[in-house]
Amino acid sequence: MAYVPFADQVHELHDPHSFVTKYIWSQDHKVIAIQYGGTAILVGLVALVLSGIMRLQLGFPDTFSLIDPAFYYQAVTMHGMIMVIYLLTALFLGGFGNYLIPLMCGARDMVFPFLNMLSFWFYLLSVIILMSSFFVTGGPTGAGWTLYPPQAITAGTPGSDMGILLMLVSLGVFIVAFTMGGLNYVTTILQARTRGMTLMRLPLSVWGIFVATVLGLFAFPALLVSAIMMTFDLTLGTSFFMPAVMQAGEQLEYNGGSPILFQHLFWFFGHPEVYIVALPAFGLVSDVLSCHARKNIFGYRMMVWAIIAIGGLSFIVWAHHMYVSGMNPYFGFFFATTTLIIAIPTALKVYNWVLTLWEGNIRLNTPMLFAIGFIFTFIHGGLTGLFLGNVVIDLPLSDTYFVVAHFHMVMGVSPILVLFAALYHWYPKVTGRMFNETLGKIHFWCTFLGTYAIYLPMHYLGFLGVPRRYYAMGNTDFIPASAQALNANITIAALFVGVIQILFFINIFWSLRNGDKAGPNPWGATSLEWQTPDTPPKHGNWGKELPGVYRWAYDYSVPGSEEDFIPQNVPATQSPSVEEENESE
Amino acid sequence: MSMYKQVTNKPWETQGLLGGLDPRPSFAMPSEKLALFFFMAVVCVLFSLFTVTYYLRMELGDWIPVNKPGLLWLNTGLLVLSSVFFQFSRAASKAGSLARTRTLFLVGGMLALAFIAGQVMAWQQLSTQGYFLASNPANAFFYLMTGLHIAHLLGGLWVWSRAVLAMLRTEDIPQQALRIELCTLYWHFLLLIWIALFAMLANT
Repeated sequence: MAYVPFADQVHELHDPHSFVTKYIWSQDHKVIAIQYGGTAILVGLVALVLSGIMRLQLGFPDTFSLIDPAFYYQAVTMHGMIMVIYLLTALFLGGFGNYLIPLMCGARDMVFPFLNMLSFWFYLLSVIILMSSFFVTGGPTGAGWTLYPPQAITAGTPGSDMGILLMLVSLGVFIVAFTMGGLNYVTTILQARTRGMTLMRLPLSVWGIFVATVLGLFAFPALLVSAIMMTFDLTLGTSFFMPAVMQAGEQLEYNGGSPILFQHLFWFFGHPEVYIVALPAFGLVSDVLSCHARKNIFGYRMMVWAIIAIGGLSFIVWAHHMYVSGMNPYFGFFFATTTLIIAIPTALKVYNWVLTLWEGNIRLNTPMLFAIGFIFTFIHGGLTGLFLGNVVIDLPLSDTYFVVAHFHMVMGVSPILVLFAALYHWYPKVTGRMFNETLGKIHFWCTFLGTYAIYLPMHYLGFLGVPRRYYAMGNTDFIPASAQALNANITIAALFVGVIQILFFINIFWSLRNGDKAGPNPWGATSLEWQTPDTPPKHGNWGKELPGVYRWAYDYSVPGSEEDFIPQNVPATQSPSVEEENESE
Repeated sequence: MSMYKQVTNKPWETQGLLGGLDPRPSFAMPSEKLALFFFMAVVCVLFSLFTVTYYLRMELGDWIPVNKPGLLWLNTGLLVLSSVFFQFSRAASKAGSLARTRTLFLVGGMLALAFIAGQVMAWQQLSTQGYFLASNPANAFFYLMTGLHIAHLLGGLWVWSRAVLAMLRTEDIPQQALRIELCTLYWHFLLLIWIALFAMLANT
């Protein structure tokens, strides 16, 4: 069979014929993206409410009789797992990945539309399984989002009967969904780019999503392995991870398993997971910053290689999550070194973002404010990471609120700020309407300052030695009484930030009908998704002919050109200074 | 443009339709094949992680090796044969000999089914000898890893069955050429995984 490149093949586009095939069993990447995004945001709201419950208990202990220790631990666990996996991973890759990859590459759809649809429905199934654990006997698991054995499956831990099983099954289904989606994203980026779109002409968003997807494909198997083996321990009585253990004075059947083995497997997935969330955020924020600063991204090639380097390094740092579990000092030394090395490409990226802003024609609109806010929170979270990467500093701080502050700053708040930047930035393309700028700015300032009010004080609590994971403080005399006042303040700030998110929802729903018409390219952006013939793009994206790509994605403020940007699909002859170089092989 | 040239290119310096008027995929192969390569890489990671876990768990003292049934050798032979038949079927489909392609492809899949039946019989032999899943980690690993291998083979058989049905329905076998090629590739891959797995299980 003669080989025909994918973009040249004639494809059946699975044109939708009814409401059901258009909006429910849809194979259009844009609809699937919205389905993914909507589901992720909905389940994220559940996690937000759970965090409010935790904060109420911490800020005002002995006040709410509803929040007993079991419920508190269930809230902690579900909040963590939902936020990291079911919200952030799904929204960045399933949502933005699906929406932007074909549009930015100049393709009509993903290469496997049916698989793409299947990916979403498996994801939805995993969410339903997870949510159903709220309604079973014993409730959801309260083992902490890391699900460490043996406590995750021994009695006494909330949800040790059904909750933990549903969590493990849900994770398994999620991984299947992710693998189907991930194979699709990677193949589409490599094979279905339009003519002229070389790899180095791709916007950084696509690079971030691409490397994150590769990380996901290779890291999620570790979670799958641990989930399968733990399910065996739980249901069939094997002892992969379960040591000989007493439960309520009775010797259980388990014997000889290794909980540390689980920790290694879990964190071999868990650390790349940080970058599965962070790399798409890095990519998206680069494009938002460059567009609204009207400047090319500083050091494009360096940015690409930094993404790849971070992705590679993320596989050899996992044990820095396990310093307190104990390990050979040489191991600790190795993992501390690799952890600190990651700071180099990461810092390069931060410098490049700041240098992109340098002398730019900055438009301080809502997406840009969120993007700049991200630079602040990411630097803060990154710097505390340098503390915690060192074994000797990590040991005393590991079980305190310092760690909670660190990881919320670096992989909670920072990616969420990018998500908002990206949601506002691409909203006009997705809906064809502009959002309300004033509401957006109020939303930004309340969220940005509010999160500082939450997490900055937590660093101090950590230094005081306030332990994390505790339902109530008990007899901890070394902690001054003022710590409780700080805790109450954090709770008030957290509830405020949580409630204020309603502004975002009011804005996007109100603007759907009442926003000004956006036009095809309201920001004056260069990348292909803004050059579609229709806004929002129709099924098939590009009308009759696929666009050709003549330049990179960052031709902003080019000297001598009429406008301050040249879209990627504008032929070279229209810009005065450079000769067209038409290379054909 | 070569991959190396692409990634070392300074994109701000060159303009124009790089690569000419046709779209240039990064790899000159059908998308399905590239996706299969990625999938096989993922499966490799999965089995490697199980292998690492296997060796680490083995260190822990309570390990009693399984008495491996001789049947496994026969099963290995069946899987090798299955792979060989797939390879011949692929060659026949390339040569355009339709009836041969169909027969060889069908037999290849049947042999894989026989392999699976053989593996299940090996499990039964083990449990009659008292090697139960939960009684020792070595047993648990044996059942788990062979089971996982079967699960991957079943996935391949699903694609195989769709190709077989399509070939029985119509005479249009060339349309199935890609499926035949990918099945063959995947079968060879699963054979390699099985041989590595068997070598590990047999030597520990």
